[in-house]
Amino acid sequence: MNADPRGVLTGSHFLDGDHAAAEGALAAGANFSAGYPITPSTEVVERLAGRFPFTGGTFIQMEDELAASIAIQGAVWGGSKALTVTSGPGFSLMMEHLGYGIMTETPFVLVDVQRGGPSTGLPTMPAQADMMQARWGSHGDYEIIALAPSSPQECFNLMIRAFNLSEKYRTPVLLMMDECVGHMLERVVIPSPEKIQIEPRRYTRKGPDEQYWPYSLEECNNGDLVPPLTKVGEGHFPHITGLTHDDRGYPAMNAKSQAVLLGRLVDKIRNNADDIITIEEDGTDDADVIVVSYGITARVCQPAISRARAEGHKVGFLRLVTVWPFPEKRIRELAGRVSAFVVPEMNLGQIVREVERCSQGRPKVRGVTHAGGAVHDPEEIYNAIREVMG
Amino acid sequence: MVETKKSAAPKAPKGHVVINTERCKGCGFCAQFCPTGVLAMSKGFNLKGYHPPIIADAAKCSGCGLCGMYCPDFAIYGVKNGRKPESGDL
Amino acid sequence: MSESYEATVTDPVSAPMTCDSNPVEEWLRMDRMPHIWCPGCGIGTSVNCFTRAIEESSLDRKNIAIVSGIGCTGRVAGYLLLDSFHTTHGRALPFATGLKLASPKTKVVVYSGDGDLFAIGGNHFIHAARRNLDMTVLCVNNFNYGMTGGQVAPTTPEFAIASTTPYGSVERPFNLPYLAQSCGAVYVARWTVYHVKQLQRSIREALEKPGFTFIEMVAPCPTLFVRRNRLGDGLAALESYEENAVIKNGADTRECDLGMGGPIVCGKFVDIDRPSYLSNQVAHLRKVLGDRYVMPDAWQGVVQ
Ligand SMILES: Cc1ncc(C[n+]2csc(CCOP(=O)(O)OP(=O)(O)O)c2C)c(N)n1
Ligand code: SF4
Ligand code: SF4
Ligand code: SF4
Ligand SMILES: [Mg+2]
Repeated sequence: MNADPRGVLTGSHFLDGDHAAAEGALAAGANFSAGYPITPSTEVVERLAGRFPFTGGTFIQMEDELAASIAIQGAVWGGSKALTVTSGPGFSLMMEHLGYGIMTETPFVLVDVQRGGPSTGLPTMPAQADMMQARWGSHGDYEIIALAPSSPQECFNLMIRAFNLSEKYRTPVLLMMDECVGHMLERVVIPSPEKIQIEPRRYTRKGPDEQYWPYSLEECNNGDLVPPLTKVGEGHFPHITGLTHDDRGYPAMNAKSQAVLLGRLVDKIRNNADDIITIEEDGTDDADVIVVSYGITARVCQPAISRARAEGHKVGFLRLVTVWPFPEKRIRELAGRVSAFVVPEMNLGQIVREVERCSQGRPKVRGVTHAGGAVHDPEEIYNAIREVMG
Repeated sequence: MVETKKSAAPKAPKGHVVINTERCKGCGFCAQFCPTGVLAMSKGFNLKGYHPPIIADAAKCSGCGLCGMYCPDFAIYGVKNGRKPESGDL
Repeated sequence: MSESYEATVTDPVSAPMTCDSNPVEEWLRMDRMPHIWCPGCGIGTSVNCFTRAIEESSLDRKNIAIVSGIGCTGRVAGYLLLDSFHTTHGRALPFATGLKLASPKTKVVVYSGDGDLFAIGGNHFIHAARRNLDMTVLCVNNFNYGMTGGQVAPTTPEFAIASTTPYGSVERPFNLPYLAQSCGAVYVARWTVYHVKQLQRSIREALEKPGFTFIEMVAPCPTLFVRRNRLGDGLAALESYEENAVIKNGADTRECDLGMGGPIVCGKFVDIDRPSYLSNQVAHLRKVLGDRYVMPDAWQGVVQ
């Protein structure tokens, strides 16, 4: 399906990542947002609040992030495409409702423009320290989809992709930005609507008098684990609950129902990891050392990699565009071939643990940490590359 | 367990009451708040071990529906004879 | 229905039996019965009043959504055969807010407990009332947290016993009608579940009134609050409501505090008109943006 032209601001613009993300949401057809102001994410909802009245959308500023993150889910069941946007402290408050979205299979996009933490931390300065919170922040077991843009253009592009994945897999999707990407101004090209592919919401084909169960795979092809949605007013009378439920949506609190439901929720992501995962590689084929990074740090790595290459070292680069689910298959393959991974990230060691897990002790894994507040000095990354080369 | 008395009154009662004995949890709301004293609480037990109401005086039932409005377990309802209950009946 | 129930019927004498099921049943998910509520719990009685009210109202069943939080009362959503949402603890109102904004044709009813709406969800309540988005909030006030075992709530009367105030609570409880009115609710009423007829009528009025409407439904939690405070059982509680109720329509909500054994002022206290969020929004954006304003598709023909 092509994008609805109402939301698409076709042309070449000079935008920061926050504004580009807002344009991405509009282009994806989002028509509802609820938010609560927090630096450095606020510009996203400010842009939406200004633009929605011209595109047939609605923004409401709620009383806190708990409210924002559940208001969008009410809106989805009302038939909207919705997002909310926040940063560290607000991301923490939204965790219960991230879980509610996963459990009830409510598609929406949640943007975290990461800043230094914990607690109030560094409100105006970057970090990438919520990456594990993105993975495990809500209680209970689940799989999550999280994307990490490294430029304003990618904030636009990945916002659309985030919406598409959320519709395709009927699940919340996280867009893990950071303060740098959010506030950096760059050229952003917005294509014409017919060049933007939108995943339409999959609604049930059941009529108002037919029996519809919100979690039944009856209308799905073999192997498709994503039941079609409905919305209010269709005469389907769905019951939606965060309790463990059966196909009808009715509470079913026992170990068997838990195993069946969680199994499906996890498998619908795991079985489709190849479709969901996007990574970019450069020079990994014959690399001796591979630098693995994401978000703004993936760009900060570049001078270090160029310098090492100029000195004749075989340094590859792998950028995680999709961070969750983690591209473990590819990292395992590469782990069998290289002598080391270098993992720069703006935290004290989060994604590096995943790389270590997939490396299973074969190549060396060297994190390049940074507590946040500023991006790495490329020199540190260069030194790490030299160090692992021995 | 529930005794169903035939109406002794010569005039046909205005309404009747239906008790779903096994759904009852014996709270006594219906018997207490029936305005005409149609119901009494049984000394017997239902399968869950509660004392359900019994019809003590069927002839007095006006079909006002109050018993059904009070019943927290949806176990009883009254209805006017000869027509479908409307919301106005409660 | 999982269990087979044996129905006993009085002899309808000459008249044919014209109603073959309890009128509440068509509004219930009968495949979920029996419900979890304790004997004599007032929640079920409030549900009877609610289903009669919607039946009597002009509302189309397809266009009613029920949103609950978590608690014994929070289970109401799961028993009603409507579009029904059992959300998270305290957050029924913000969920309802998003739902209403996305689908203004839907009558959104929030049905939840006193702890859910006024402790963890208190902030959402004051803001929802302030915004005056069209929705009806039905609060079962049983003076404690039923679901978790009878802990103190923001509605627990002074000196009443709860599991976390074993020697009596010393906090001043909320006066819910006063709170709702102060925050901007356009319709405020209080009834007990003893007052089934009045409660039914009041729910209907609230459902049919635009804006943020609120009804406090005083109800017994016989298992916890009533028993712990040695007030007898559910029936004794209803009898005490009958005795202590002071029906005073238009009462000053400042005088509607509830204390142990004191009067329970009941009635319709507030019924005013104030532009609702949606109509205000559309009128204002039309004024400011003129023809450039694009109303959301779902609002067309619904919001004037
Ligand atoms: C975030 C969160 N905190 C606590 C709980 C536990 N909890 C469940 S219901 C409840 C209180 C419900 O009280 P009330 O709203 O008065 O409902 P009642 O059971 O009395 O009808 C609590 C504290 C929860 N489910 N979620
Ligand atoms: S009101 Fe219902 S549950 Fe209570 S005694 Fe009567 S029939 Fe039984
Ligand atoms: S219908 Fe009215 S009169 Fe008849 S038993 Fe019920 S409460 Fe009593
Ligand atoms: S614990 Fe209290 S509120 Fe909960 S079902 Fe039992 S009586 Fe009702
Ligand atoms: Mg309570």
